[in-house]
Amino acid sequence: MIKGIIKKGEYFDSVTLMIVSKEINKIAGVVDSSVVMGTNENKAILKMAELYIDLFDKSDDTDMLVVVSAESEVICSEAIKKVDEHLKQIRNKSDDSGDFNPKSFEGAVKQMPEANLSLISVAGKYAAAEARKALKNGLHVMMFSDNVTIEDEIGLKKLAIEKGLLMMGPDCGTAIINGVPLAFANVVNRGNIGIVAASGTGLQEVSSIISNLGGGISQALGTGGRDVKKEVGGLMFIESIKALENDPQTEIIVLVSKPPHAEVLEKIAAEIKKLKKQVVAILIGGDAKIVENAGAIAAKNLEEAAVIAVALSAKKDYKVDLQKLAERKAKNFVIAQDLAKNNKGKYLRGLFSGGTLCDEAQLLLRNSFGFTYSNTPLNAEYQLKNIWKSEKHTIIDLGDDEFTAGRPHPMIDFSLRRKRIIEEAKDTETAVILLDVVLGYGSNLTPDDELVPAFREAKKINPNLAIICSITGTDKDPQNRAKVKAALQSAGAFVAETNVEAVELCEGVLGECGK
Amino acid sequence: MINKLFNKDLKVINTGISSFKENIEKEGAQAVQVDWRPPVDIDESVWDIINLNKEKIEEANQKALQIILGGKPVLLGMDIAEKVIPGMKKNLILHSGPPIAWERMSGPTRGAIIGALIYEGMAATPEEAEKLASSPQIEYAPCHEHSTVGPMAGIVSASMPVFIIKNETYGNIAYCTLNEGLGKVLRYGAFGPEVIERLKWMEKTMYPILKSAIESLGKIDLKNIIAQALHMGDEVHNRNRAGTSLFYRAIAPAIIRTSENREDMAKVLEFINGNDHFFLNLSMPAAKATLDAAMNIPFSSVVITLARNGTDFGIRISGTGEKWFVGAALVPDALYFPGFTKEDANPDIGDSAITETVGLGGFAIAASPAIVQFVGGTAKDAVNYTLAMYEITAGENNIYQIPYLNFRGTPTGIDVRKVIERNLTPFIDTGVAHKNPGVGQVGAGVLSAPMEPFKNGIIGFAEELKTKN
Repeated sequence: MIKGIIKKGEYFDSVTLMIVSKEINKIAGVVDSSVVMGTNENKAILKMAELYIDLFDKSDDTDMLVVVSAESEVICSEAIKKVDEHLKQIRNKSDDSGDFNPKSFEGAVKQMPEANLSLISVAGKYAAAEARKALKNGLHVMMFSDNVTIEDEIGLKKLAIEKGLLMMGPDCGTAIINGVPLAFANVVNRGNIGIVAASGTGLQEVSSIISNLGGGISQALGTGGRDVKKEVGGLMFIESIKALENDPQTEIIVLVSKPPHAEVLEKIAAEIKKLKKQVVAILIGGDAKIVENAGAIAAKNLEEAAVIAVALSAKKDYKVDLQKLAERKAKNFVIAQDLAKNNKGKYLRGLFSGGTLCDEAQLLLRNSFGFTYSNTPLNAEYQLKNIWKSEKHTIIDLGDDEFTAGRPHPMIDFSLRRKRIIEEAKDTETAVILLDVVLGYGSNLTPDDELVPAFREAKKINPNLAIICSITGTDKDPQNRAKVKAALQSAGAFVAETNVEAVELCEGVLGECGK
Repeated sequence: MINKLFNKDLKVINTGISSFKENIEKEGAQAVQVDWRPPVDIDESVWDIINLNKEKIEEANQKALQIILGGKPVLLGMDIAEKVIPGMKKNLILHSGPPIAWERMSGPTRGAIIGALIYEGMAATPEEAEKLASSPQIEYAPCHEHSTVGPMAGIVSASMPVFIIKNETYGNIAYCTLNEGLGKVLRYGAFGPEVIERLKWMEKTMYPILKSAIESLGKIDLKNIIAQALHMGDEVHNRNRAGTSLFYRAIAPAIIRTSENREDMAKVLEFINGNDHFFLNLSMPAAKATLDAAMNIPFSSVVITLARNGTDFGIRISGTGEKWFVGAALVPDALYFPGFTKEDANPDIGDSAITETVGLGGFAIAASPAIVQFVGGTAKDAVNYTLAMYEITAGENNIYQIPYLNFRGTPTGIDVRKVIERNLTPFIDTGVAHKNPGVGQVGAGVLSAPMEPFKNGIIGFAEELKTKN
């Protein structure tokens, strides 16, 4: 039984709507539901999910679509009514202060004439117009929205450069400006390390580790992943480097990116050569020679980049700290042996929410156990035939589009991961489940509440299963890293300090299990 | 250049996911949330031609705004409709809103027409009146096309007395009938004997007394009264208590001086005193006279008319002149009189949205805390409605002000482009008529205008631009 309605002229942002449909799915008898704006993209998603009804033909972008699939018509109708209640609550909550929210950028500028940054997270097709207005009015832009055309991205970045403004994104998930975390970002110490990143979770991991090691961040600038592609040519990456070079608070510059296009890498290297400040670069999986030759210190992974930066920022020899990392590996071997005790499984199952962390895990594993199966594999031959089913060593990115269509990001909504944890535990070939838990603003505020029951159930199914997590975040994050860590440990998981350490432990366990 | 940002306090405009704003505030920085909604889906070619003419449109809109702000409506006198309203004749009935044929007319409009035909002596019974009304003998036209405005059904027939309002700056005239009061009245579609009797009294007794009083005064400055009324808690659409009182103060001595029958004078004064909405039929033609002067300015996207006939909601835009753009009228959210519900309500009706068009009514509701129960119950709700309207107007009023907003001018001159771009339609205060003829008023409330007429309007506006390029 599927039932749906069109709500003319209602508008809520996609995150709010996804949270509502998540609540509706909890109602007994509801099989599935969706609350979305009536864009063509959303309609396509509904069709795929078999939640599309003919009535929706009549709707357009500015209409809200509500559809519920349930065991009976009565439940459908009840659930649809509940949608109204939830939306009303949310609207009332946001209206609580009674303060006036302007309806447009122009109205907002009137209310806050000294505004200096526009944070944009509306649907992609509208984002460029909003950004253009902001730049023309002299505001820096952070564009969280994705699905923005590359032509728009290039145009906006050129306009920004002309005006001496930041144009972070599209698809920029993380930035920290003047100590203020924006969108999906962690609460870190302030300090003398500046970061430029074309990778959101990469930035989160590096900035969190720096902070946890006692270092601090001056500015963390995101560019959006596409900035270092050939077409955009690193426009904002290079402007951001320049800005940090000119920033008196910044002493060390850390560059975080997936491997840039060769031409872009050349440009970045040329820029590095000009810098007076020390540069640490982590090009995840890329050839670091070019940046090394340009004078940067190349890190092998995100953790190393953070460790080196912290040592440099304290004017210490970073090689000593890298040595300590090597020694940790030996110590962790003992822990791995323990985690592998009575473990009859053979394979690793990595369930990631951060794309860069997923890539990093696959890269590290490649050196020890070879290529891993994935929905985003390093080697196309290892593409999972069915992303919902793991094969041998599998590391998946649940934040990838195939998994997030019509659903909140796995950093917000843990339901897919919880389900998958149980499925993997039931697979007798599973030896280790590896997860990243990303804290900070934007992410789920109680990841421990989400994961602990799943871990307990998994352990009930297979008491010898190893569960290894890394936590990206700090004790100052709204979730509090120490609290989350303690909760996950109490549920039988081993919590590593970083993604790299978590992978090291996995390698240890897999090695032992293979014996 | 980017570095300048690093030395400043971060101040963020957040458009989209609202939790981002809350998080920024938790970390001690300031942020404003934009209550963003996607623009109305309009063919890109429409925007292309509009953007191409942006400077001309801006210039034309400023011209229109200056004309609206410069208007000076005064009450000049009174007369009988047939004698003064251009084109008015015995078998012509004027109604509110955009043009409409008898077949599509709503209950209250039909009811008021039945009443008018009985009042005119053209029919003896409602049945007879209905038959006549649906025959070709009777012609219909919008008030707006005859320099007139009418609240609710807005029915004007030949022998009804009307106020004559002149825009002294530009010389144009507007007309409006006298307000009958609340409850069972013609404008809400009632046509019982008490309705007709009252209309007759208004014509035979009240009209001559008022007419000679106004003539003795020469004129009454309506702009001045409206400006004062806003300071006294009216928005001069759903609340006209202050406006009516000010008018009473102006007219009372003149009535005493110019009339002789003491009992009739007392009744007239009591009638005005007992009808808080008396001034509505002056604020409306004042708005009409003010706006009409800004009609037909090439390239201007400023709305000159918002009007409903109980079936359709129509708008007219300065740059496209007399052309109507229409869409279905909606049923208002209202507070209903005991015994009535939304089920009983007729879709939105009346020319009274002319007050919103000139920057009063819903646009000035922040000035009227006494009627906030219509908009959610708190004074802040009312303020927020007014603040939202600044986002769809070409400017702010110079004379009509909101005390609570530090005497900021009311939002004035609706720009059809902004309505579409911001997906935000004018906010209108309104009375609610029963959907059936003969019943009358069932409530009062507010509503946002439907988007359809604006959507049709911007398309028509773009077409007009094409002919100019």
